Amino acid sequence: MKQIVIISGKGGTGKTSITAALAGAGPHKVLADCDVDAADLHLILSPEINLKEKFHSGFTATIDLDKCIQCGQCREHCRFDAISPEFTVIREKCEGCGACEFVCPSEAATMQDRMCGYQFVSNTRFGTMVHAALGIGEENSGKLVTSVRREAKAIAEAEKAKFVLVDGSPGIGCPVIASLADIDICILVAEPTVSAIHDLKRVHELAGHFKTPCMCILNKCGINPALEQELEQYCAANSIVLLGKFQYDLDFTKAQLHRQTVVEYDPEKFGPIIDGIWNEINQYFRQMEE
Amino acid sequence: MQIAIASGKGGTGKTTVATNLAAYFSRTGMDVSLIDCDVEEPNAHFFLTPQWKDEKKETVPVPRIDHDKCLGEECRKCIELCRFNALIWMVDAVLEFPELCHGCGLCTIACPASAIEESTRSLGISRVGQKDSISLYSGLLRIGEAMAPPLIKKVKQRALTEHPAPDVRLIDCPPGATCPVVEALEGSDAAILVTEPTPFGLHDLRIAVELLRKMEVPFGVVINRAGMGDDRVHDYLKEENIALLGELPHSMEAASSYSEGKLLIEQVPGYEKVISQIAQNIQNMAKSTR
Repeated sequence: MKQIVIISGKGGTGKTSITAALAGAGPHKVLADCDVDAADLHLILSPEINLKEKFHSGFTATIDLDKCIQCGQCREHCRFDAISPEFTVIREKCEGCGACEFVCPSEAATMQDRMCGYQFVSNTRFGTMVHAALGIGEENSGKLVTSVRREAKAIAEAEKAKFVLVDGSPGIGCPVIASLADIDICILVAEPTVSAIHDLKRVHELAGHFKTPCMCILNKCGINPALEQELEQYCAANSIVLLGKFQYDLDFTKAQLHRQTVVEYDPEKFGPIIDGIWNEINQYFRQMEE
Repeated sequence: MQIAIASGKGGTGKTTVATNLAAYFSRTGMDVSLIDCDVEEPNAHFFLTPQWKDEKKETVPVPRIDHDKCLGEECRKCIELCRFNALIWMVDAVLEFPELCHGCGLCTIACPASAIEESTRSLGISRVGQKDSISLYSGLLRIGEAMAPPLIKKVKQRALTEHPAPDVRLIDCPPGATCPVVEALEGSDAAILVTEPTPFGLHDLRIAVELLRKMEVPFGVVINRAGMGDDRVHDYLKEENIALLGELPHSMEAASSYSEGKLLIEQVPGYEKVISQIAQNIQNMAKSTR
């Protein structure tokens, strides 16, 4: 079983639209939406939820105001400014370290398990999908990404699926690092804009840290031919296989409006591109096996 | 006056709105401070092309064990208390994993033998640049560093200390609605949520609205790439009684101007008017809540 992640560094490059289209290509896959912060894959794949579980990670402090003697020790030692002048805990800021509990002389501060959101296992027309919804203002924890990925991998093994396809998160921080761990190939979606090129280089460097082989898909071609060329040169210079290209196309949005993948929306236009990309990926794995 | 620019999802045009507003306010003679809080993938500097003036290495405290003082196996208090597994017992000594450390300092205060001193882990850099009357503060997270919020905090603190009373302070938030955004939004008089008229845009806007309402920051919405999708975002704003601050029309010209890292108000006819309208509306909103 092989794990493929799709990331972009910058948001809005078309990562989710491309992930959804690839979900429909090739053999049966297990899908994982690891953009837990702005999970959108479900808007195209219309999953039927089979399992909904609470996700707990870390701790949050609570202060029992009946026991609190307002000595201020907790506020003094909290490095995250998570305790208000009224000695209530500001949940969004609390890291759950337990320093307040340790220093409190009256046992007013205690630590509780933290419920951060939900994790789902669903059926879609392209296979089983694992996804999540993070609570508002919660820590965008790599732990939730890790949990979604672990579940997707276990399901793939049970279903004897050959591939897990992961829609990664934007950025280079904790969730992306968790998206990249133990991955066989990383597909970078890039658009020809100065911002996206900068962000792509940073995320490519991060993938290098994990020694993950990278491939690239160019999206929104046509808005800036010079930068498109720069992207191609960057790929060539860094041995990144260029899997395929999409023109800047409002059909990406129209497909979204119809809750369809771009291939379902216009099979003649997008089918051959997606099939071409899938064949390249498949060929890569076959070569690795030889 | 502090105005935050946020969006549930990446790629909707947050940085476009933030940098164009900064340039607009600067033209009207205001002293502007713009803080780019997307430390994972900062982009505002492409559009403002500032002269970087000062770059600073930013760090978080991590423990360093003085093995001569450490009481050893029978104590292990630091290991028991650390909720981030940043300290473990290895063969015959306490071993530090600085990359897992949240810098809470609990181990230092808890050690009965005062054997823990603090060393540092690099987060990345903060920097400040100047363009006309705009001071741009931004950060660059070190590749491989997982925790963005501590660096966001440092960049913000730096801007607040070095430029305490600008006429207007703009905060370009990171994408999403999780803890880094909460960190960035704090202290704002009003917020602009940028969205696009697509199902992805609407879905993530709803989450951002929920966050802003929870944080009790007054806000309005800017629709970017207006005309590319459908009316669902407009309908939602009406239903929820949310102010529409302005609409930036979708155009190929705007897309290529963005791709080159240019400011819309300088390049594309008609955009200056919309930006000035957004500026007026958000200023009125911020004033009315003071």
